[in-house]
Amino acid sequence: MNQYQLIKLAKRVGLYALIAVVMVYAIFPFYYAVITSLKPSSELFRVDFWLSSLDFTNYVQIFTQKSFVRAIVNSIVVSLSVVFIALLLGITASYALGRVRFRGRTTVMLVILGVSMFPQVAVLSGLFEVIRSLNLYNNPGGLILSYTIFTLPFTVWVLTTFMRQLPMELEEAAIMDGATPWVTITKVFLPLMWPAMATTGLLAFIAAWNEFLFALTFTLTDSQRTVPVAIALISGGSQHELPWGPIMAASVTVTVPLVVLVMIFQRRIVSGLTAGAVKG
Amino acid sequence: MASVTLEKINKVFGSTHIIKDVDLSVGEGEFVVFVGPSGCGKSTLLRLIAGLESISGGELRIGEQVVNDLPPRERGVGMVFQSYALYPHMTVYENMAFGLKLAKTAKETIDERVMATARILQLEELLHRKPKELSGGQRQRVAMGRAMAREPRILLFDEPLSNLDASLRVQMRNEIARLHHRLGSTMVYVTHDQVEAMTLADKIVVLRDGRVEQVGSPHTLYQQPATKFVAGFIGSPTMNFMPAELMEGSASGCQVRAPGLGELALPQSGDDQRPGAGLTLGVRPEHLRLAEAEGNNSFEIVNVEYLGNEVYVYLEPKAGDTLLIHRSEAPSRWKVGQRVALVPELEHVHLFDGNDKALALAKQSQAA
Repeated sequence: MNQYQLIKLAKRVGLYALIAVVMVYAIFPFYYAVITSLKPSSELFRVDFWLSSLDFTNYVQIFTQKSFVRAIVNSIVVSLSVVFIALLLGITASYALGRVRFRGRTTVMLVILGVSMFPQVAVLSGLFEVIRSLNLYNNPGGLILSYTIFTLPFTVWVLTTFMRQLPMELEEAAIMDGATPWVTITKVFLPLMWPAMATTGLLAFIAAWNEFLFALTFTLTDSQRTVPVAIALISGGSQHELPWGPIMAASVTVTVPLVVLVMIFQRRIVSGLTAGAVKG
Repeated sequence: MASVTLEKINKVFGSTHIIKDVDLSVGEGEFVVFVGPSGCGKSTLLRLIAGLESISGGELRIGEQVVNDLPPRERGVGMVFQSYALYPHMTVYENMAFGLKLAKTAKETIDERVMATARILQLEELLHRKPKELSGGQRQRVAMGRAMAREPRILLFDEPLSNLDASLRVQMRNEIARLHHRLGSTMVYVTHDQVEAMTLADKIVVLRDGRVEQVGSPHTLYQQPATKFVAGFIGSPTMNFMPAELMEGSASGCQVRAPGLGELALPQSGDDQRPGAGLTLGVRPEHLRLAEAEGNNSFEIVNVEYLGNEVYVYLEPKAGDTLLIHRSEAPSRWKVGQRVALVPELEHVHLFDGNDKALALAKQSQAA
């Protein structure tokens, strides 16, 4: 009896210890970034685990830099455009792939999936030529184009799986009511697909928001840069100084919108991600 | 309201021929039920009328108009689906108004029609609820309301009651029948349940393997099944079948011998059958009488089912392995293990030839 209770207690303690380890592992880097960003540069290399004083000089410094504010605006424009385009194309494509029967449907699906497996570096030079010939070099348009290429396969796959699960009779009822495919998509399917769209949209947003390689390659001037590149290019007073304080402040600043978005949509994300998994 | 005419309608899916040369006419205001086992093509036939499937061959007319190539919305048909298929994100009102809105109907007209439909179906209290807040029967009514709100010329039902439990099914069956009396609209109804077919239909169409097996009123189908298939499909419990041999046939009647039953003089015309031909004798369970076993006419009772108002007695057959069934009013004195003689009521016996076609009644007995 006593022994049984002891084992139960030990199991419980073990569980919480494990949770604590996972939490520290996941959160510590971000926590340390927050702490560093709030320290004056003089204290930067003293290891503290707790904040002794609040110092916002780093934040003031980055927000008074015009190029950084500009980069944030660019990032927002690019990410939102990518989400919008990816969802629009994804929904229409998923209707075709999920509902319309045509020859080669599976092949199209596999090609789409195959495209998403190439590493970015593999298509970098080819894409560079495309963007140059479209006159989109050093232009947010080029980034929107290239990010959409990489988010679309995922969007299409998730939305197609979701679309296939919507009952066939629902679409037929809409047809009987006189709905065209476009009306069926917008008035009947779209309201039912919000969880899937929130999930894919958010993941597309995060991918576009954090993307670095293309952003570095396809932009040239400060005014066209997105946030990840802008952060990487923050430079200190001299060649030998890495301005950790401002870099951390910038990183925290650009992570906050993502955290907020995930908080808002977290319930939807869960229901959206499991939507394809279990029937019923 | 409109009539529907099908002429040599065919439907081919890839290499499977689902509907084969179906001819049918549905009169104005008629309630027609398509019935048949699963896979017989009854739902496909309904979907062809609705316009959800394309017609591979033949001509479909609604009223006087050929509608083969018209999209569903221009055919003036409304459809009730098996799973109801209500739009989950819309209220009952929006569900019913959706089709009208898409047809660009004026707002007042939409309101008027939805309210009128809701009144008929007693949905007024529920107009602002979402489908998930409704019970099965209510959803069923909303599905009917949605189909009716656009005032279609024909209402189509695709197994609308099969998702409901037994008691609700009986209730909704009644409501549909009363709705038909009240509206007088043309209705086509698909079911695999012969009880639904018998109780609702003005005209039953029995389908088998994509062909029409027989068309007729419930009464005709029950009393004069054209084939052994129809005879076995309509009626519950099913008709008893026994092999029989034709002894002598003439235009005025025939002599038949069935194992166990002995020689029977039946009113069917045996004119076009050769003596010695193998026939099938069919008797409904209520058209059999049981008597004390006598000579060769002796069947063993293997089970007795007591249903309160009536009793089913199951008997070991002389040939084949389908038990024979006898039905009578309760109470019954028969016990398992007893041996009894079977006495069919001769005027209610059916005869089927080697191709399972029913033998027609002889001329004079028909007149009698």
